[in-house]
Amino acid sequence: MISNDLNTVLPEIILAVYAMVALMFAVYTGKDRTASMLTWLTAAVLAGLGAWIATRPEGAATAFNGAFIDDGFSRYAKVVMLWASAIMLLLSQDYLRRNNMHKFEYPILISLAVVGMMMMVSAGDLMALYMGLELQSLSLYVIAAFRRDSLKSTEAGLKYFVLGALSSGMLLYGASFVYGYTGTTNFAGIASTVGEEGLGLGMLFGLVFLCVGMAFKISAAPFHMWTPDVYEGSPTPVTAFFATAPKMAAAGLFARVMHDAFGGAGADWTQIIAFLSLVSMFLGAVAAIGQTNIKRLMAYSSIAHMGFALMGLAAGTKEGVTALLIYMAIYVVMNIGTFAFILNMEKDGRAVTDIRSLGLYSKIAPGRAAALAVLMFSLAGIPPLVGFIGKLYVLKAAVAADMAWLAIAGVIASVIGAFYYLRIIYYMYFGEETEGLDGAMPTLHYAALAISAAIMVVGIVNPFGIEGYAAMAAEALLR
Amino acid sequence: MITLEHYLTVAAILFVIGIFGIFLNRKNVIIILMSIELMLLAVNINLVAFSVHLGDLVGQIFTLFVLTVAAAEAAIGLAILVCFFRNRGTIAVEDVNMMKG
Repeated sequence: MISNDLNTVLPEIILAVYAMVALMFAVYTGKDRTASMLTWLTAAVLAGLGAWIATRPEGAATAFNGAFIDDGFSRYAKVVMLWASAIMLLLSQDYLRRNNMHKFEYPILISLAVVGMMMMVSAGDLMALYMGLELQSLSLYVIAAFRRDSLKSTEAGLKYFVLGALSSGMLLYGASFVYGYTGTTNFAGIASTVGEEGLGLGMLFGLVFLCVGMAFKISAAPFHMWTPDVYEGSPTPVTAFFATAPKMAAAGLFARVMHDAFGGAGADWTQIIAFLSLVSMFLGAVAAIGQTNIKRLMAYSSIAHMGFALMGLAAGTKEGVTALLIYMAIYVVMNIGTFAFILNMEKDGRAVTDIRSLGLYSKIAPGRAAALAVLMFSLAGIPPLVGFIGKLYVLKAAVAADMAWLAIAGVIASVIGAFYYLRIIYYMYFGEETEGLDGAMPTLHYAALAISAAIMVVGIVNPFGIEGYAAMAAEALLR
Repeated sequence: MITLEHYLTVAAILFVIGIFGIFLNRKNVIIILMSIELMLLAVNINLVAFSVHLGDLVGQIFTLFVLTVAAAEAAIGLAILVCFFRNRGTIAVEDVNMMKG
């Protein structure tokens, strides 16, 4: 019995044990001299685990009395998170070394955060949910403040910590009500109580608090306040990491809780999610217009994108979850390419974040400018690029679920949002000549940028079977 | 007779005090840490009260997890705060303002 349980959680155990062994190893041997080796090793472990999970047999298994669920849905999310984290870890190495931050704790903290994310998407119990969420959050608070001697970075860490702890408290308060009114913390148990008795007032109260807590983590408006500051203040590799794997984990967790535990009360929570989605899309689109700092701009862009992803969840259908998963995978790929570029925005060895410094960048480096332009078009959702296809799935799901108003609002928000993506392209091709950026781009970053841009174009004709995988994952969640 | 409602009311009051402590206090970040702790303890009261009311142990186990995580959270919060203090020389909430927003 226990061996079955352990077998189900084996990937998480391996990664957790790896993180602890690596920490001990680094502390007792070369400390920061092992950083480079550990980074490569951690990336290899993450990528290897991702490949292993991708090839694990289909079907669902639960462990520890349903507290941990290993099904198609969690496997999809885990593969995306693990591969994205591995790539981000390799991309961050160069920046960390240049800025004297190449410490061995970085890959270890990333692996611990990934263990937490894997727990989140596999949670089948409020306790497992909370422990996974906190393991992820605590690691992320620390890496947000990773540049210890920088005021901005520690301030970002402090803000992230205070607001993150507040959101955890809210989520927990909601969880206590859900437990009190159903008598169980197990998602299957909650679902059966909700199915029999419907949502009482106490349950609704708990559900709203749970939603608030998770909206904080996914950075959906009106609970987005931390995002711009944390994105701006954190070291760029950390920002890049924040924009990829944790977003997928939070979206996965949101879908898991809503469908697994509250699937019977769809009519109640779809309204909440639709509201979050609407506000996020517009706020992300409008508030980014005045930004000139590219990291802040990407923060508002992520808020807008989360709004679109939540639209898929708001539909409350299988198509909706499929759209959500496709959207998140595309979003992660676009961000990997974009941040591979942002990581190398430098002048005289100093990082630059002002988008005006991109003036006529197409003359300095036509290849990179073209790749970034493709990514910006894709982020804006301009047809026929893959970013548009992601939006199309979400909009179709919303219309099919009788939420045409939300879909129309989404299209309007995406038109407003296109402004700031296009402005970056404008600066690169038609802007004023400025001092400009220098600094070569390492081959790895160039490859990430080029491949990500290529996927945005190639994906139009052949979306790499992502639709099939996402449909299978959604099928597993709404069985 | 003290019923479940009494416990829930106390917990709700403590929780709200915690939230207000975070938003209204302009003096000191340490007070924010205390407020966060207060919120988590309010949740613990809730969980234990429900647990006794339902005659089910899961709530108390949950409480133990929450206590452990709260300790870890406080440790990390204080560590970040020490780093911040070294750079800024103050921990007044008004001075956490390098970035707008």
